[in-house]
Amino acid sequence: MAHEWLYLGIFLMLALAVPALALIIAGLLSPKKPNTIKNSTYECGMETVGSSWIQFKVQYYIYGLVFLIFDVETVLLYPWAVAYNRVSLFGTLEAVLFVLILTGGLWYVWRKGVLEWA
Amino acid sequence: MSFIADPIPFIITWLTRTMTSWGWPSEIVTVILYVLGALLLTVGAMVFTTMLIWAERKIGGRFQDRPGPNRVGPWGIFQTIADMLKIFTKEFITPVGADKVPYNLAPVLAVAAVLCVWAVLPFSKTVFGSNIGVGLLFLIAVGGLGEVAIILAGFGSNNKYALLGAFRAVAQLLSYEVPMVIVLLIPVMLTGSMGMNDIVAAQKIPFIVLAPVAGMIFFTSLIAENGRAPFDLIEADSELVAGYNIEYSGLKFGFFFVADFLHAFTSALIFATLFLGGWQGPGATNIPILGFIYLLIKTALVYFVMLALRFSLPRFRIDQMMNLNWKFLTPLALFTFMTTAVVNKVLPAGENLLRIGGLLAVNVVLWLIANWAMSSYMVRIPRPVVSGPRPVAVGEKKQAPKEEVAS
Repeated sequence: MAHEWLYLGIFLMLALAVPALALIIAGLLSPKKPNTIKNSTYECGMETVGSSWIQFKVQYYIYGLVFLIFDVETVLLYPWAVAYNRVSLFGTLEAVLFVLILTGGLWYVWRKGVLEWA
Repeated sequence: MSFIADPIPFIITWLTRTMTSWGWPSEIVTVILYVLGALLLTVGAMVFTTMLIWAERKIGGRFQDRPGPNRVGPWGIFQTIADMLKIFTKEFITPVGADKVPYNLAPVLAVAAVLCVWAVLPFSKTVFGSNIGVGLLFLIAVGGLGEVAIILAGFGSNNKYALLGAFRAVAQLLSYEVPMVIVLLIPVMLTGSMGMNDIVAAQKIPFIVLAPVAGMIFFTSLIAENGRAPFDLIEADSELVAGYNIEYSGLKFGFFFVADFLHAFTSALIFATLFLGGWQGPGATNIPILGFIYLLIKTALVYFVMLALRFSLPRFRIDQMMNLNWKFLTPLALFTFMTTAVVNKVLPAGENLLRIGGLLAVNVVLWLIANWAMSSYMVRIPRPVVSGPRPVAVGEKKQAPKEEVAS
């Protein structure tokens, strides 16, 4: 079992190292002739006005929050799903209850108008 | 163990024997073999991507009634190799004010996130990556890494378009992860394990038969996770120029490109593994190389369907996309999960006709209900008119008012 994690560790490091190495090689091969116009922020030819880190719709953040709730609660169900073949019908119904509460949360969020993109 | 039927373990045994005969300790031999395997897989996947890009461009061309790449080599097959050679010698242009660390980290992370998936996928009965017990969870976790790369790229570039693209990525990729994660509970439930090898081994009957609705939801989410048409709002060319990768050049841009195309193929591979039975097929247990071929055929089929969708559907509007996810796919995924759990528990266990038929019937009923709900709720919502009627070529041009708030 330890060998499996060893392979995974080696793979993760190589997956990061191979692209990084390719980038370094390309950086050595490529020409370097920077100038002011070339390095300016691209905005279809316009001069950039103000900071590039603009304010944005709060909706993106709210979706992020809703995602967090759902994803974390769903991940809690994974251990249950692994034990599914061993739990009784009662255990299954309890998981269904858990998901029903989750569905209630979705219904609440829906009614509150969080899911409207306007 | 013969070479023809099962080449890779044959080579591995041969290498182990050779290196042990040189008097190397077995731990070091194992590590060397792991490094070799991982290196072969990562580099192989990236080289394979050049073929994928060619295939996608060629198929896309045929779909849209044009020849596609046809100049370099027979059928333009060396087009991407020429492109890669060119892109290797291109200058890296770093925009002024870019945050160097996230800016440079993003392309590496984007490719690494996709490559990591290959570490746990089983390719045949004897050839598989790391057979960890939490393979599926690893798959989901690594899938999230790609989003981190996109956000890093958007924030690091010091560009409004890139930032908008990154915000859209946050909204879209995170949202579509919700039904995906819920639906992936069903293969885990039917298998009783999160290991990828166990999931494939459990699919004497592919899970697409037992849980077709779950498969459909998963497939849709996968396309959305790829950020491809009809869900290509992240890099909507006509709105955001290119989205998060706008300020990248040279190989850094090339890596986003590679990550995108490899991600599409990897998604098809994941779908084939989780829902179409992976390497399972007639004779695959005895002759493992056949399993590899089966997996390749299934993956190619799924990949082709994805391409067909990409090249024939228009882009969703952002509110339509969000509605489809939160008001249709997520509730449907929750109900599919609940009904599958209960029905599978009530029906007698094992591979009998009653269980398969029962699950199939439940799925069909669910699909009909979902279809009805969809058609009654998701009526065509006309786009709100923001401006008055536009005069056509009358008077002099007016400057458009500046918009600072993203939408």
